[in-house]
Amino acid sequence: MKHIDLTSHVTGTSQYVDDIPLAEGTLHAAVFGSPVAHGRLNQLQLAKALAYPGVAAILTSTDVPGDNQIGGIIPDEPLLAESDLHFMGQPIALVLADSDFAAREARSLIEVAIEELEPVVRPREAYAKGLIIGRERTFSMGDPDSAFAAAAHVFEGCGSCGGQEHLYIETQGAYAFPTESGHLRIVSSTQGPTAVQRTVARVLGIPMHNIEVDVRRLGGGFGGKEDQATPWAVMAALAAQVLNRPIKLVLHRLDDMAMTGKRHPYEFDYRIGLDDAFKIVAYDVQFYQDAGAAADLSPAVLERTLFHFTNTYFVPHARARAASCRTNVTPHTAFRGFGGPQGMFAIECAIAHAADELGVTPKTIQAANLLAEGDTFPYGQVAEHARAKACWAALAEHAKLQELEASVRSYNQDHVLSKRGIALMPICFGISFTKTHMNQAGALVHVYQDGSVSISTGAVEMGQGVSTKMVQVAAREFGIPASSVRIETTNTTRVANTSPSAASASADLNGKALQRACAKVAGRMMDVAASILKCERSLLRTQGNCVLRDNQPTGLNFHDLASACYLQRVNLSAFSHYATPGVHFDANQEQGHPFAYHVYGCAAVMATVDGLRGTYEFDLVYIAHDFGSSINPDVDLGQAEGGLVQGLGWMTCEELYYDDRGRLRSNALSTYKVPDVYAAPKEIIVDFLDLPGSPAAIYQSKAIGEPPLMYGIGGFFAIREALKAFGAYLPFVAPVTHERVLMAVAQKVPFGKHAGACE
Amino acid sequence: MQPTTFILNDKQVVASGPQSAPLLDYLRESARLCGTKIGCREGDCGACTVLVGRIVNGDLSYRSFTSCLMPIGRAQGCHVVTIEGIRGAELTPVQRAMVEQSASQCGFCTPGFVMSMTAFALEGRRESDLRTVVDGNICRCTGYKSIERALAKLSDNLNGAPNTPDRLTWLIEHGYVPGYFKEVADRLRELNAEPVAGSGTVVLSGGTDLNVQRPESMLSETPIWPALPTTDDPFVVADGYVSCPGSASMEQLRLSSTVSQLIPNINEYLRLVASTPVRSLASIAGNLANASPIGDTTIMLLALGAELDLGEGWLPLDEFYLGYKQTARRPDQIIECIRFPVPSPYFHFEKVSKRTHLDIASVNTAMHIRVQESVITSARLSAGGVAPIPLFLRHTSSQLIGLTVNAETASWAAQMASDEAQPISDIRGSAEYKRMLLERLVLAHFISLFPSIEAEVAVS
Ligand SMILES: Cc1cc2nc3c(=O)[nH]c(=O)nc-3n(C[C@@H](O)[C@@H](O)[C@H](O)COP(=O)(O)OP(=O)(O)OC[C@H]3O[C@@H](n4cnc5c(N)ncnc54)[C@H](O)[C@@H]3O)c2cc1C
Ligand code: FES
Ligand code: FES
Repeated sequence: MKHIDLTSHVTGTSQYVDDIPLAEGTLHAAVFGSPVAHGRLNQLQLAKALAYPGVAAILTSTDVPGDNQIGGIIPDEPLLAESDLHFMGQPIALVLADSDFAAREARSLIEVAIEELEPVVRPREAYAKGLIIGRERTFSMGDPDSAFAAAAHVFEGCGSCGGQEHLYIETQGAYAFPTESGHLRIVSSTQGPTAVQRTVARVLGIPMHNIEVDVRRLGGGFGGKEDQATPWAVMAALAAQVLNRPIKLVLHRLDDMAMTGKRHPYEFDYRIGLDDAFKIVAYDVQFYQDAGAAADLSPAVLERTLFHFTNTYFVPHARARAASCRTNVTPHTAFRGFGGPQGMFAIECAIAHAADELGVTPKTIQAANLLAEGDTFPYGQVAEHARAKACWAALAEHAKLQELEASVRSYNQDHVLSKRGIALMPICFGISFTKTHMNQAGALVHVYQDGSVSISTGAVEMGQGVSTKMVQVAAREFGIPASSVRIETTNTTRVANTSPSAASASADLNGKALQRACAKVAGRMMDVAASILKCERSLLRTQGNCVLRDNQPTGLNFHDLASACYLQRVNLSAFSHYATPGVHFDANQEQGHPFAYHVYGCAAVMATVDGLRGTYEFDLVYIAHDFGSSINPDVDLGQAEGGLVQGLGWMTCEELYYDDRGRLRSNALSTYKVPDVYAAPKEIIVDFLDLPGSPAAIYQSKAIGEPPLMYGIGGFFAIREALKAFGAYLPFVAPVTHERVLMAVAQKVPFGKHAGACE
Repeated sequence: MQPTTFILNDKQVVASGPQSAPLLDYLRESARLCGTKIGCREGDCGACTVLVGRIVNGDLSYRSFTSCLMPIGRAQGCHVVTIEGIRGAELTPVQRAMVEQSASQCGFCTPGFVMSMTAFALEGRRESDLRTVVDGNICRCTGYKSIERALAKLSDNLNGAPNTPDRLTWLIEHGYVPGYFKEVADRLRELNAEPVAGSGTVVLSGGTDLNVQRPESMLSETPIWPALPTTDDPFVVADGYVSCPGSASMEQLRLSSTVSQLIPNINEYLRLVASTPVRSLASIAGNLANASPIGDTTIMLLALGAELDLGEGWLPLDEFYLGYKQTARRPDQIIECIRFPVPSPYFHFEKVSKRTHLDIASVNTAMHIRVQESVITSARLSAGGVAPIPLFLRHTSSQLIGLTVNAETASWAAQMASDEAQPISDIRGSAEYKRMLLERLVLAHFISLFPSIEAEVAVS
């Protein structure tokens, strides 16, 4: 089945926040952000801005009636700054005017007196100064110290990976409408409607039931609208409450890039020990996460780094330490992969380093250490249905890896100024929110008396196709065509206490809740059908709108059955709840069973480097992926291709560039480059492996949102392999921009120097 | 303020706001056509792409433009088509191809892609690389492969389409555009095709520079509009010169058959510059006047020995730049005409940026030499991104004359060019990188023009 929004997308009729017809009396908001990365706000002069024609009000922290606090995990982030300024762009004031233009012009007239302080812009620097958010975490298994002492080979080094701007094409935005009796309705471009509702309640000091949050769809989220859609919705709500007018707040791109957090940059130190058979006997890593100026989701992201620090390898003696370091940049946040990619990048660097030293390809070490059934992850969960080896083997066979490698060798023999490299990137990604309590969802189903069906869940559609999958679940449970099912907006009054659409888990959690709700109604309907048809209910089922007995049409259709139920006063609506069974995690012991299941896969990435110009292209990416039994191969293919290219972007052309005052210089699409059509690999082949799924996945169709992003890490190592053919050893610093490639080739970064890239 | 009259989809409209204001705001706010999306307001994402049809040389011809940059005054006498304007009872073949290939996820970029692809259908241009069709559209969701599959499908479907003048009829019959397109040409002929000349102080062409630099203050300016070219290929060869009006667009340069006969790679070079909708809007004169140190057509024209006419006779381009963003032009002076001597076959352009396409160069450079029996008889090298102005490498150029084309000369020229450069570190690269890059790109000129020396060039 096709993505249900395709027709409205291609005709331009899909509605986003910015497209909502303006309500009478609407005021437009512009956010005034801190002009410095670190400082103290001594004075705020609003008079000139207030005098600008069309300006209705300017709100500051003193206008907040409730708690001026939006920090979810740790309360360390005011909605509007009071006196301390912690990052450039930190919201200080909200200008409301009768046009977007006037609001922005007036904003430029705000004057501030600030005492500027030295910013901290690097995580290691913050760590050294003790600027740590939450506590340092350590995951450990076995006895790493003894294992290192006994290891035949031990290598150590360091590396770093940059952050990543989400660059959802639809910027952040919200539209808040005061309704009556202090009630607010907020349309928000958020992945987490409940987070918006909860935070508005806290900031405005009103109960959650006074706030309705509604989401039709997002023009992209990627994690950037999980927690960070909240401030803009709260600001709109605040102004709507104070001024009793509808308030529209849609960020311009430059504001969005300056004010919102990104994927966390990481620096890391690693030590890896191997035996003579290339088995990794010990691995130790310390992560310095650049959390930005406030906690946001950083502690949870850090935790997932720890869950994935051994990627898809079994390492008997492994230890990882990690700290969220407070710096003076935007608070960093969720981004597809949620810390997992950074953890995986580090161990792949360690493996590449060991491979250099031992004179083998990284592949040799990767292959020798893949997880097997029954192996234990460092957090205590045992690998069940481990597919690491199956994916690896399938890739080698289906992608004709040996032929590819031979072609690369002969290409490199034939070319002087251009070289190819190939890298393998196996992945293993845990599915579930690592905060156990978030693994729950609800769904509401109505069958109308004409047999048409309406469903609501807590899942938010942001392009990933979850709405489509929900429609499929309902259609399948009722045995009716998908066209009879309508998915409603995600709305806090229909489904309450939702988890954000994140962690790749929305289709599983909401799908399972929906499955239950549909089963309830369908069961009642089949009882009625059995009484009408005077037969055993177990003989009946519905397919294509018809009620079948012993697989033969009965003449009764779903439509007539629904009206019969109505006339017999049978309840045609149901709400159901689902909580993933069996998941738990003890953060004191750092042990548990946090994931319902794992997703596996392996990619081969081939790159060509132009050694004269220092540029590169990706010729081919072959992905052998464990989709389980995909309920929607069309949607899942799109997730795999899109995730890969986003991951390649993170590893290559996407570079966040801050100056030493903490100002983001790559603050526009002209200076921050995401992949365009030419930057995508020339060929991407996605191989749907024929492996059984997991019962914890909806219809055994495994979660797909995040895992493919991590194949992009292979892009870094493919380029690195190509550079080795020039005799240059690329340091473990991502992204590998054209500049880094040229510098590596031109200076022939010698062997042995590459691992010491960080000071 | 002069009102702007144009046909918006199937209706004639009059926009009364400032002529320099972006078309996009009118579309979304005044006309409430919300299918055109806002992703960046800087020409870099393509979510706002629209079609603009204009009578050129008696025929209606369409181009895609980024509506966030296009000054609304430019719409005077034109047919502006938004995604709402191609909507019929059924999906168009472009839309069908996108649906069939699942080439949309969140959908926010999608109307822009559909419009770029529809422009391709309307223009009937041939592309050796189909990706060029959507080179101005960023999609953050799909990874582009599904979009490329849709493009391939579209290109197949278009194989049967005749070229102008019957093309439009064919496209209407096959559902690419609605039937009302048939009458548009006649309706446009009744409108004044040029924007009403302003009496202001600032020359405005495509707005791809001005509307990025200062979108808000531009609103108070009354622009001076240079006349647009009256033919699709505004380049002519006469008296030993190639010339064009200053208002010729970068896309016209890319597609000029006149130029491609002299510089066969021109299409390839121009594909490295901006994107289709931006190139279509951007004038060459604007690129020169803008004085950006990395202007791509500027760098090419410097090497080609171009001259410009500001209404006061010919001024060599290499004397036009006085300092950072300073030129010999008064703000109200129009670059009427640009010309350069008919080039030899030895012209080459190189550009490296963070992202190979739709990005400003870290360093770009062009070289044009004349060679007799392997000896260089004249040489012009230029480089961008390595000085406050687009740099004519005067010293290097003069030193090359009389030398034999070989690997040694190439390496020597590369070294000299890099010595002549004065790059600074910024977001596009460190000074060290830019210097090294220029050296490499000058080598690349020689290797590309004289492939036999590749094996001899010692790349350290
Ligand atoms: C997304 C994007 C990508 C880009 N990529 C590139 C790139 O890869 N390479 C590159 O070189 N450039 C690039 N540019 C910049 C390029 O588009 C401009 O330099 C363009 O050529 C300016 O032309 P215009 O007609 O739009 O000028 P305008 O914005 O209209 O004007 C620019 C300046 O030129 C003056 N001017 C305009 N027309 C004339 C005239 N006829 N006579 C005298 N003065 C005139 C104006 O007064 C103004 O000072 C990019 C721009 C954007 C928005
Ligand atoms: S809005 Fe991005 S190109 Fe116009
Ligand atoms: S479909 Fe989301 S940006 Fe293209």
